[in-house]
Amino acid sequence: MTRTETRRPPYTAPARRTAGTRALWLLIGLLLLAAVMAASLAFGSRDVGWSDVWSALGGADASLEQAAVTKRVPRTVLAVVIGAALGLSGCVMQGVTRNPLADPGILGVNMGASLAVVTAVAFFGLSSPTGYVWVAIAGAALSALFVYTVGSLGRGGATPLKLALAGAATSAAFASLVSAVVLPRNDIAGSFRLWQIGGVGGASFDRIGQVLPFLLVGFAVCLLSGRALNSLALGDELAAGLGERVAFVRALAALGAVLLCGAATAVAGPIAFVGLVVPHTCRLLVGVDHRWLLPFSALLGASLLTAADVVGRVVARPSEIDVGILTALIGAPFFIYIVRRQKVRAL
Amino acid sequence: MSVPLVTRPPSTGSAAGRARRISRRRLVVLTLAVLVVAALAGTLMFGQTFYPPRDVIRVILGEQVPGASFTVGRLRLPRAVLAAAAGFSFGLAGVTFQTMLRNPLASPDIIGISSGASAVAAMAIVTLSLGRTEVSVFAVVAGLAVALLVYTLAFRDGVVGTRLILIGIGISAMLDSVTSYVLSQAAEWDLQEAMRWLTGSLNGADWDQALPTLAALAVLTPVLLARSRDLSAMQLGDDTASALGVRVERTRITVIVAAVGLIAVATAAAGPIAFVAFLSGPIAARVVGPGGSPLVPAGLVGSLLVLVADFCGQFAFGARYPVGVVTGVLGAPYLVYLIIRTNRTGGSL
Amino acid sequence: MTSNHSLSAERLTLGYGERTVIESLDLAVPPGRITAIVGANACGKSTLLRSMSRLLAPREGRVVLDGKEVHRLPAKQLARTLGLLPQSPIAPEGITVADLVGRGRHPHQSVFSRWNDQDDAAVDSALEATRTTELADRSVDELSGGQRQRVWIAMALAQQTDLLLLDEPTTFLDASHQIEVLDLLTDLNQARGTTIVMVLHDLNLAARYADHLIALAEGRLHAAGTPEEVLTCENVRAVFGLDSRVIEDPVSLRPLMLPIGRHHVVPPRDAPARTGVAREAGR
Repeated sequence: MTRTETRRPPYTAPARRTAGTRALWLLIGLLLLAAVMAASLAFGSRDVGWSDVWSALGGADASLEQAAVTKRVPRTVLAVVIGAALGLSGCVMQGVTRNPLADPGILGVNMGASLAVVTAVAFFGLSSPTGYVWVAIAGAALSALFVYTVGSLGRGGATPLKLALAGAATSAAFASLVSAVVLPRNDIAGSFRLWQIGGVGGASFDRIGQVLPFLLVGFAVCLLSGRALNSLALGDELAAGLGERVAFVRALAALGAVLLCGAATAVAGPIAFVGLVVPHTCRLLVGVDHRWLLPFSALLGASLLTAADVVGRVVARPSEIDVGILTALIGAPFFIYIVRRQKVRAL
Repeated sequence: MSVPLVTRPPSTGSAAGRARRISRRRLVVLTLAVLVVAALAGTLMFGQTFYPPRDVIRVILGEQVPGASFTVGRLRLPRAVLAAAAGFSFGLAGVTFQTMLRNPLASPDIIGISSGASAVAAMAIVTLSLGRTEVSVFAVVAGLAVALLVYTLAFRDGVVGTRLILIGIGISAMLDSVTSYVLSQAAEWDLQEAMRWLTGSLNGADWDQALPTLAALAVLTPVLLARSRDLSAMQLGDDTASALGVRVERTRITVIVAAVGLIAVATAAAGPIAFVAFLSGPIAARVVGPGGSPLVPAGLVGSLLVLVADFCGQFAFGARYPVGVVTGVLGAPYLVYLIIRTNRTGGSL
Repeated sequence: MTSNHSLSAERLTLGYGERTVIESLDLAVPPGRITAIVGANACGKSTLLRSMSRLLAPREGRVVLDGKEVHRLPAKQLARTLGLLPQSPIAPEGITVADLVGRGRHPHQSVFSRWNDQDDAAVDSALEATRTTELADRSVDELSGGQRQRVWIAMALAQQTDLLLLDEPTTFLDASHQIEVLDLLTDLNQARGTTIVMVLHDLNLAARYADHLIALAEGRLHAAGTPEEVLTCENVRAVFGLDSRVIEDPVSLRPLMLPIGRHHVVPPRDAPARTGVAREAGR
């Protein structure tokens, strides 16, 4: 085997073969998203005919049905945006940490946002929704940084086990701080508990508007980091050898991911496991090239969260199950599946 | 070193060092036991009203003392006994898991067992409006079921600690979301009750809760202590332990069932008092020093933690905090410190 | 005193899950000698060792110690006769050398028995034999690789078994520490008559230190016997797929295998007359 021979394999057949497949999957993904969005408008505690959906989208709100649809529009938009944000941020986090178990929920980012919000509400009289967003993002960023630092100390860097443990432990620690803040304060306990479960139920275009700037910046940064993540996937030394400014791109991509999940958490509460499930599924469909993987994760994340929301509305009629609970019920078995599949040494 | 402690003077290292460690261990265990008794006595005497030791002793002996009979006998005594017993259960079970899985973070509150007991108990309280006893039974069954589930899922050519921990984290995430859902459906009064319970609280403790916890301790502690040598052999890795004549899988199952039993009974009585299971082991190991079995010291540390934290929660602050909030706030920074330290020294993570 | 325990495998088939690693293998370990198991990567050396020490139950066949099936013996009873040092044992954080070595006394203790003078004597003599006495109070974390391996061997010695199985006791050690460990095992074999079975990666070290070589290839016994019988170029080619020449090691007078790669090989006509083939023909 000479040197020229060893270099060839990665570039041949597979890459070309999947180009067509990817386009196909992209089409399917878009159709799926359209379908779940339509379902999200039509289904709920009150079933609505398609004709009413159409007329409501046209601006009519004469009948009860049409009014129901009008209320469902912001909710659907929020589910799509949040789902895309979480899917994308999970994908970036997995890329940045080279860790198959990275997910905003598992890394304790969500609890960080919760703790920050609760502290600000309880002690600093925070009440403006825009303030929520800033505080939640700051909390998310700090705890992400903290968990990653803690998890990557010592031998072997940030292994999946170390990160997951650091995340779980930090979450547990934050959770008990949160209850220490909330328990004696009956005035905030109720609303906090609702927020903590994670849902898109109370959506309005106002609330979406408050986080939109953050989300837009986050989407832009993350979607543009595909090439950098591709080189990071080869390991830090090799990425540096390929001319990547490793520390800078890593920090930038991580910042984008934290913006996305922090903003998502601020508006919809902590929603776990979307960021874990989606990128893994996408990797099966379109391969490991981040330039495809990133947009695809956003697309599938949006579909998953919207679908989960629809299911939550339908199964427990007349009441609702929040998306945060459903994604955990779907996501945890998936998490376990990934853990079981991993070789022990890789943990 | 210079003093020949044993009949074999040339052995500078092993025998003398061991004798020194054993005597230190005895001293530590004794000190801890004295502290626990002191804390017990303290919580019985002090409170809104002070009762002198004489009154307390008379109440314990069954005499009628006006005032004290109710306050000490009906309120403080069961509460203190439950605190000590639950603390001991958490500490002992926690350190058992930590030792067996060779990881200080593998305590039952992190690998899902407490979450399982909590989720089912919340359901029993909120959805089914059951009484205390039924809640306990449900919690025990759920704790064992979750342990079984985590163990089964982690089983592939034997159980590997790391895989078990990660699967436990996944399961507990799922169970916590169930708990959140149940609580979100709760009526106002139940919500307070359930939330208190979930942080761990000794409020309203009576003999109905304290006695089952004591009984479980009496039955299960000997089981765990009998396995303590096997456990320390298992710290060297499953293969080495096998080579030393330990039946690894059998020991593991016995120990898991016993430890889960302790955890679940205590959880049903007092709620998953945050971090006690997790904290006691490392603290005990720190006081006892490496080498010795940390089981009994960890149990004592657990008792002490819960007794002191409950007392502080009741009287040290303006508001009355449930004990779990106090241990949680104490435990959180230590937890973080422990992760940092373990990771930095390249420990067993 | 020479140990005269007989350890053998009969029609042993081993595997993990779907995968079969060892198939229908018969072998006998000569008592009181040093046996080395050699073979290519993933040929089942460690698997065989694990099974001989009861860690892995056979699919078919059995491992027999003194006429009794190993997997039916009570765990502690077996552990008093046969010790195993796995490839990567785990030292609990902060444990001292003496305590770690003391853990080797486990099979000699029961639930109610206390640590006694006999245990102390066993630990001391294990420390002495491995020259780790002065490390006794040190923490295992602080030791160098070579010291740590000696401590682990001391733990296995404290177990006081007549048979000792070691899985690659020299991995991760530099040349001088490898020799040190193998010398130590030889001392042990000569002084106490302990039967030693070890998996070794390095063929030449195996040939130098073992009385008996067992060569595995693809889960089967390829050859067994004295180093001279087993270490031949035919066997090296069959087991490792490697061309080689085998000469007499001028230091030990045992066979020494010199691999022949594609580079840095002088043309045959310049080679010394005493090639492996000639040597084989001569025998």
